[in-house]
Amino acid sequence: MTGFILRRLGFVILTVLLSSVLVFGATHVLPGDVATMILGREASEQAKDSLRQELGLDRSLVVQYGSWLSDLARGDWGTSLSTGEDVRGVTLERLSNSAMLALVAFFMYVPLGIFLGVIAAWRRNSYIDQVISAGSLAFVGLPEFVTAVLLIAVFSRALHWFPSSSAIAPGTGFFSALPSLILPGLTVSLTSLAYVVRMTRAGTAEVLETDYVRTARLKGLSAGNVLFRHVLRNSLLPTVTVIAAGVGWLIGGLIVTESVFGYPGLGRLVLFAVQRRDLPLIQATTMVIVTIFALANLAADIMYALLNPRIRYR
Amino acid sequence: MAAVPGHVTTPGRMGGPGQLVAPTFKTERLSVVYLTEQGPLRAVRGVSLSVAAGETMGVVGESGSGKTTLALGAIGYLPANGRVESGTSRLAGVDLAGRPRRELRHVWGSKVGLVSQNPQAALNPTLTIGRQMDEMGRRHLSLGRRAAREASLAMLERVAMPDPQAVASRYPHQLSGGMLQRCALAMALLTHPAVLILDEPTTGLDVTSQATILDLLDDLKAQFHTAILYITHNLGVVARVCDRIAVMYAGEISEEATAPDLFAQPLHPYTANLLRCVPRLGGQGTQERLATIPGSLPQMGDLPSGCVFAPRCPLAVEDCRAARPPLVEANAGRKTACLRWQILRSEEGRQTALQLDLRAAAPLTLSAVPRAPAGPPRVRDGSSSPPGTLVAMPQDLLTVEDAAKECPGPRPRSTVKAVDGTTLSVGAQQTFGLVGESGSGKTTLARIVAGLTRPTRGHVHLEGTPLGPSVSGRDPSVLRRLQMVFQSPETSLNPRQTAGQAVMRPLVLLAGLERREAGQRARELLEAVRLPASYFDRYPGELSGGEKQRVAIARAFAAGPDLVICDEPVSSLDVSVQGALMNLIGDLQDGAGTSYLFISHDLAAVQHLSHFIGVMYLGALMEMGDAARVLASPYHPYTEALLSAVPVPDPTSRDHRMRLRGSPPSSAETPSGCRFHPRCPRFQGDLCRDQAPPWRLSDGGVIARDAATPATADAAAAAAEHAICCHIPLHDLAALQEAGRR
Repeated sequence: MTGFILRRLGFVILTVLLSSVLVFGATHVLPGDVATMILGREASEQAKDSLRQELGLDRSLVVQYGSWLSDLARGDWGTSLSTGEDVRGVTLERLSNSAMLALVAFFMYVPLGIFLGVIAAWRRNSYIDQVISAGSLAFVGLPEFVTAVLLIAVFSRALHWFPSSSAIAPGTGFFSALPSLILPGLTVSLTSLAYVVRMTRAGTAEVLETDYVRTARLKGLSAGNVLFRHVLRNSLLPTVTVIAAGVGWLIGGLIVTESVFGYPGLGRLVLFAVQRRDLPLIQATTMVIVTIFALANLAADIMYALLNPRIRYR
Repeated sequence: MAAVPGHVTTPGRMGGPGQLVAPTFKTERLSVVYLTEQGPLRAVRGVSLSVAAGETMGVVGESGSGKTTLALGAIGYLPANGRVESGTSRLAGVDLAGRPRRELRHVWGSKVGLVSQNPQAALNPTLTIGRQMDEMGRRHLSLGRRAAREASLAMLERVAMPDPQAVASRYPHQLSGGMLQRCALAMALLTHPAVLILDEPTTGLDVTSQATILDLLDDLKAQFHTAILYITHNLGVVARVCDRIAVMYAGEISEEATAPDLFAQPLHPYTANLLRCVPRLGGQGTQERLATIPGSLPQMGDLPSGCVFAPRCPLAVEDCRAARPPLVEANAGRKTACLRWQILRSEEGRQTALQLDLRAAAPLTLSAVPRAPAGPPRVRDGSSSPPGTLVAMPQDLLTVEDAAKECPGPRPRSTVKAVDGTTLSVGAQQTFGLVGESGSGKTTLARIVAGLTRPTRGHVHLEGTPLGPSVSGRDPSVLRRLQMVFQSPETSLNPRQTAGQAVMRPLVLLAGLERREAGQRARELLEAVRLPASYFDRYPGELSGGEKQRVAIARAFAAGPDLVICDEPVSSLDVSVQGALMNLIGDLQDGAGTSYLFISHDLAAVQHLSHFIGVMYLGALMEMGDAARVLASPYHPYTEALLSAVPVPDPTSRDHRMRLRGSPPSSAETPSGCRFHPRCPRFQGDLCRDQAPPWRLSDGGVIARDAATPATADAAAAAAEHAICCHIPLHDLAALQEAGRR
């Protein structure tokens, strides 16, 4: 098992390194000259040249990449060009906000999705199955901002349960932030619920038809025992992988939802950085997101191996 | 196997033919219907059966006869669209049919046990054997965690499982099929159920594993005094284990009798014909046509109004077609659903009941596609044979020289020798039968010949021309000359290609015909494999298993091959269909002069078609030669064990039991010396363990110390007749085997 994890970890490092090349390359083909951006159009060529020298932009790309990567690894992520703040501080602050939102969303839709998926499979082709499938699909079709606006209209404007804006102050703790997290969490949950429901339903329906489930039933086991001991262990295998891999998206990909609610998460930071062409910020946030995606996939692989004795030690 | 001390078994009276004991399990006029989109399908109609404690009742029938539906309906376990339409199924007086699942859960597992066909699929892959077994004790015997495990271990011991502790901690994929089926049996028996349903429990297993399971059943029957319902299509197996037998056809019982009566004098024309379809070992000898039953099972949605077998029955008269004949008592303890059963009591009558398709079918002409001229006749003197080959002669159509395939093993840096230096040759218009258990490497060898697996070592020659190691590097003319028929027609035919298209492809690609010409030719080929012309536009999904395999055979023959590799071509099919296909394979050889490399674990099938036979064990040949001589004493101890493991369709035969020790081979570690020594029933000690055995010839000669490199040309010639790779001199082997039979 240790060997397996180490090998997978090697893959993670390789993925991150490859992505770093892409990120670095992509930010260097972005239109616009950094020196002009910092000093403004009116600055003299001389001033720009000396700034380029100062920033090391006159060196070869390979050398620039090497020094960028080593700075990144040492924790020196640079200074934001647009705000002058320390990139690392901002990014990590936003990362922790994103993690809080991801946590809330995760615990909303994963249990619900699995529950509904299993019910749909257990009673497949029944009325309940159709309601669950159609209902969860309806929300997938709606864009996030529509769902978000609907939720705000109902739970904020009409019922006054939760705030409509989730613009929390820096350093807010999880529990004080919680009320602000419910509506964005719900938005994300509704849009991703259908994936979990469908994966779970398909996996469970397939396992329910297997010979070993027939064996379990003909052993006279109760329905609960059959479901929890024999069905779910096998049927959730593919779902677990999809869910774990989806965590990366929960943390780094919620650009629309965060924007609608004004939530200070990583997604909005990326959007901000790209709009401002804030190179150090773009590079740092993208690298963080890439790393999170890679780690989420690693977690998915490890969980799959733990649940499936057939691929352990391989 | 002795009973575990402390466990009391009551021998009890046997519920023999006379039914002195009240039956434990009894169905009465049970009918099961499936509600489908095409309307209700009455899969089982009015079946009455009874099994007494300690008795084994066999239910025999071909696929689609409703035997599994009968068993599952009788214990109240049917899929969502299945219903028990009428009738009762009583277990110790309580009717199980149509009861809600909530109540049945107290019966299933505790009073009724089920062991199903494929243990690899029937056991949960993510739970250890121990945990799955423990559930029985905990659920039905109210045992705690530890007590349940103890009960499981004790039961594993009773099914003669070596090292129960270790087995209990294994996952299903870590055990062989035979071991798993033993675990499944142990699990079902843990609660001492009153009824045990065995649904094709040995069908997916090797003959050798099957034999040990059947032996075990014999022991368990005596110990547990359970009523056993044994469902199978295999007549050899029912003859071996069952006291009484019910024959099912199209959802009804056509005949019921004690095992000896049924085999001695079937009183239903279906039974009589079915018994004749089975290829028997040693019987007619090789190259004889097998009996078949023309026609096919009636569609469940469109049953004839009279006797369901009447459309295929040579005895059928007007009365048979008018009304369904009842199952009547013929003699004491036997019933038949035939109006004219009296006829079957005389030998002449029986002959008229047997189908008359033994006459050779019209010769098959497959001459339109130009074929390479047949090679020179096989020369046996072997004077031109180079040293270092066993029977490879340049005159042979196909020669395989020292082929080997190593794959990465289960552990890091371990290797599995799937094929370990095999040399053989196939003459023109000859059939070489390759037999062995699963894992013996026979399929890998076939794939090496076909170019689907790249060998780590060795060469394949077609008429002396070396063939590339991979099919993609082979010349199209080679592809045309060498074709393959796979085991499962379900997966070897493209579901989106019609039968006609499948057969046309090699005609266009390999024989270079125009599309129109190819279409014409494809129709002829379908006709040659006895499929109606209307099948040209059918998709595989619309064909039965046997029909699909006919299409696969037509496709293999399309381009006029010189050699067809048949990898278990009939083993997934029903007995009556198997016979027809084996006849077809034989006919095609007579008509087209094709050679076969015929691979099977079924010795009777191999014997039936082969001129030469090679017996393979753990990647190497153990015995090879002329078919008749391989199947006669002296045999290699492994061949002997394989032969004695085949269940004989005759309950009166005193079978000579020789069982292999240990588990079936895993090629992860090839044993030292003779690779068969750890399981050899004739193990001689250090010599077998330390030294590779020589190839011994019938005349007493020895060709080489090392099996892989035999010596001279003369030896090669003699070896072509018959050679055995063993330390024991052949006359001693013959003596040992003679003594064993007495």
